[in-house]
Amino acid sequence: MNSRLQVPTTAKRGEPVEIRIAIQHPMETGFRYDAVGHAIPKNVINTLVCRYNGVEVLRAELGSGIAANPYLSFYVVAGDSGELDFRWIDDEGNRGEAHAAISVTA
Amino acid sequence: MSSRQSLFATVVIGAVFAAAAAAQERPLSLAVLKSGLDFASAEVRALQADEFANPGMLWVERGERLWSEAAGSAARSCASCHQDARVTMKGVAARYPQFDAKAGRLLNLEGQINQCRTERQGAEPLRYESDELLALTAYVAHQSRGMPIAVSIDGPARAHFEAGERLYRTRHGQMNLACTHCHDANWGRKLAAETISQGHGNAYPTYRLEWQSIGSLHRRFRACLSGIRAEMLPYGAPEYLDLELYLAWRASGLAIETPGVRR
Amino acid sequence: MKRRRFIAQAAGMLALPIATAARAQATLESRLPAVRELTAGAPIRVGRVTLDLPLLSDNGNSVSLHLAVASPMTESDYVRSLHLYAERNPRPNIANFFFSPQSGRAEIASRIRLAGSQRVLAVARMSDGSFWGATADVVVTVSACMDES
Repeated sequence: MNSRLQVPTTAKRGEPVEIRIAIQHPMETGFRYDAVGHAIPKNVINTLVCRYNGVEVLRAELGSGIAANPYLSFYVVAGDSGELDFRWIDDEGNRGEAHAAISVTA
Repeated sequence: MSSRQSLFATVVIGAVFAAAAAAQERPLSLAVLKSGLDFASAEVRALQADEFANPGMLWVERGERLWSEAAGSAARSCASCHQDARVTMKGVAARYPQFDAKAGRLLNLEGQINQCRTERQGAEPLRYESDELLALTAYVAHQSRGMPIAVSIDGPARAHFEAGERLYRTRHGQMNLACTHCHDANWGRKLAAETISQGHGNAYPTYRLEWQSIGSLHRRFRACLSGIRAEMLPYGAPEYLDLELYLAWRASGLAIETPGVRR
Repeated sequence: MKRRRFIAQAAGMLALPIATAARAQATLESRLPAVRELTAGAPIRVGRVTLDLPLLSDNGNSVSLHLAVASPMTESDYVRSLHLYAERNPRPNIANFFFSPQSGRAEIASRIRLAGSQRVLAVARMSDGSFWGATADVVVTVSACMDES
């Protein structure tokens, strides 16, 4: 899945840093109809999890009330240098992932 | 009137017409030209300005990846010929649509990309509104962000320009409206809760909240046509290309904003 | 023109005892079953939560939102979760966010869908089990022209 991540390349230990993610996904509500009048089945990214060096730091339960091409900004306290790992899944079972390295100075 | 006076009158009238043809009066002078962004809400303006949050950038980045992907029987990528788009594509979108002498027709950016695909890459052309074409078009146009539109309406482009202008001024649909009625005569005024823009294409492909996706200028034309209850021509229609050229000339000097965000 | 509405009382934490008592009694009401399920009848106190939405939105397909909760985010005092509701949406529970002390800030920005003009409600569940919330009213306008592109 097409996605973009914004993670500061460096951070000071102990300070909260802003993480931003944008994912290309229609977040299909299930309330729309196609040109022939058939309901387009619901399919939204329902869960997004961010792990920082393996530890879950954010879990988001999303619904059709989140706009298409979901965008999320949240915070994480800079701890050890390492990796931020994102995984998400939609109603159809399609999975997406993104990773970014984060370097933390004392 | 004496024959001398009528000759003089003819010469004066002829000179006025010649001057008009040589330096065509723009409906909107440069001083009055406003991007669609000026008519957008603060929320939409903020979204466009935020490089990360701008949803159109998802396609621009996809386009960047596609730029280097080999395609077709020739197994060539755009980069194979054009190297770094940030250098070679700078200013390109500002000149489109343009008349392609070799092809003998007017090409917009989408048409140019597809011409490269079919003739130089040996690949299938990309469909309008396909993710790939939107991504590549947005990526290429993005390289001209901030640069003023500067199309040529000379030579073989002239006929297309005039056809585009005629289309712009022709009434269409159940509502019997021409583009000029809203976008020249009533820009800045309200249509229901919306403020009518001047109808420029300088931010295309653009992310429209209405579409929940990025979309081409041809899609926007179709949306306008459906809005006035007129028949929507298919994507890539030559009429749209002529109209694109007219619109680009009409917006000369306005900066390209791709990827734009609009309601 | 003020575009953003803040219905938080961040300064409430510094208020005089009398004022604090009065403010602590201000609660949010919601008839949504999902909200009742979350709180199990516990009061949702007004305060600490800042819900930032435009007063007027061009298009209900995408409305920019910013949500923050005043909290030290320490092991002993942090925001466990944040819950968002749009009372008139066909599925009122828009999203739920779960934090930890490692979050540093209980602060979220996103874009939501609103099915017409309505009240949006944000509820924070604290580590001590208490609930705090804020609301914002958004007017959602519709397109002037039919877009069948």
